[in-house]
Amino acid sequence: MTQVKMTVNGKPASGEVEGRTLLVHFLRDDLELTGTHVGCDTSQCGACVVHVNGNAVKACTMFAVEADGAEVDTIEGQAAPDGTLNTIQQAFQDHHGLQCGFCTPGMVMSAAALLKENPKPSEAEVRHYLDGNICRCTGYHNIVKAIMAASGQEVSALAAE
Amino acid sequence: MYDFEIERPGNVADAVKALGQEDAQPLSGGQTLIPTLKARLAMPSVLVSLAGIDELKGVEMRDGALWIGGGTTHATVMREAADSYPALASLAARIGDPAVRNRGTIGGSLANNDPSACYPAGALASGATIETDRREIAADDYFQGMFTTALEEGEIVTGVRFPIPQAAHYEKFIQPASRFPLVAAFVARFDSHVRVAITGASNEGVFRWREAEAALGATFAASALDGLTLDGGEMISDLHGSGAYRAHLCGVMTRRAVQSIV
Ligand SMILES: Cc1cc2nc3c(=O)[nH]c(=O)nc-3n(C[C@H](O)[C@H](O)[C@H](O)COP(=O)(O)OP(=O)(O)OC[C@H]3O[C@@H](n4cnc5c(N)ncnc54)[C@H](O)[C@@H]3O)c2cc1C
Ligand code: FES
Ligand code: FES
Repeated sequence: MTQVKMTVNGKPASGEVEGRTLLVHFLRDDLELTGTHVGCDTSQCGACVVHVNGNAVKACTMFAVEADGAEVDTIEGQAAPDGTLNTIQQAFQDHHGLQCGFCTPGMVMSAAALLKENPKPSEAEVRHYLDGNICRCTGYHNIVKAIMAASGQEVSALAAE
Repeated sequence: MYDFEIERPGNVADAVKALGQEDAQPLSGGQTLIPTLKARLAMPSVLVSLAGIDELKGVEMRDGALWIGGGTTHATVMREAADSYPALASLAARIGDPAVRNRGTIGGSLANNDPSACYPAGALASGATIETDRREIAADDYFQGMFTTALEEGEIVTGVRFPIPQAAHYEKFIQPASRFPLVAAFVARFDSHVRVAITGASNEGVFRWREAEAALGATFAASALDGLTLDGGEMISDLHGSGAYRAHLCGVMTRRAVQSIV
């Protein structure tokens, strides 16, 4: 077992992990941050996307030991402490960007990474950026719309593909 | 996953030493290795993480060639090679998805030599040199068949040197479920010659299409490829496409790459 320390959503976190403990399991099982989901466990679906030192990564495809010393941000850190949703989360709610909600934590974290790199993405850029995030419910359209809206763009005319 | 220890050395010398242990294996971005471990297709006792080794990271011009450290992520190459070698940056920008590009590295991709991977095509078509902790290997000698390279046990890819062609283009026909290429062609036009590398097609992994190189060397135009065919019998045949289909795609991808250059 190895001792790991990291900053998760701005707060110090630590624990004992095995070499093979995945970051997503450390977050969910040890820190009880169960907002980060495991959809496929094979690096395909993006339900487990979190930010490590500001970069979107799949927490199912990184060992907890490798996040030792890192700044980790998860879906739990997105809303304000009083529960007020951030702009992206609110846009998902306003534009019906979720149905069952399973993919949503990963979608929101990927969207946050996109808007940091590219504050006003085109629709095509949003769709391309979400290549690694799978949603089995919405058909993606309202997710794309929500992300465009969160970036301050007019979306009323955005037609379904 | 079977149980293993992870070691995190801070330099190449310590990593090489750690890799001398029994059943030790390098871990870079983990984007291929972690799924492999989950499927219990590998059983290392020690993983030696290369992620904390600064000397394995970077993108810079060295003696007229572009040097990329073996531990450099696809996302970094996408950003930092955009001016010096745009075709290679564009290849990196189309690997997998953003999260994969933030972790996966060029060294891991070249060491793995997946028959459908992107970087092997870029390295072979550019005539790159693979640098390791103990020697330099020309790309022509490095790729030795599907998932097989010239690397010895415990040998680390420390960097890759890319000669920069006059013009180049990577044409990728994506297999949308895996996001790997179904077939892709990298065409590199140098002052005196042309190199064409194909990935995703052959049972032998990445290969140079020498007939196409000769034809394009004589006349650099898509029409120079008219009448050239590859044998579908030697190509990968699976549920995504037959060998004959892949052989056909090799021609289409190469033509499109040439058209993007001229
Ligand atoms: C969803 C998804 C989509 C993908 N799409 C593509 C794609 O479109 N095109 C593409 O080319 N690839 C694709 N990949 C693979 C990706 O590019 C991997 O990052 C890459 O193949 C392996 O690099 P890595 O750094 O993750 O290596 P790892 O997974 O850490 O290691 C892979 C292998 O190489 C060895 N190794 C690692 N680094 C070194 C080194 N420096 N020296 C010697 N040996 C080393 C390891 O021991 C292991 O055997 C995809 C992966 C995923 C999960
Ligand atoms: S659970 Fe990590 S990508 Fe699906
Ligand atoms: S809302 Fe159900 S998977 Fe996306």
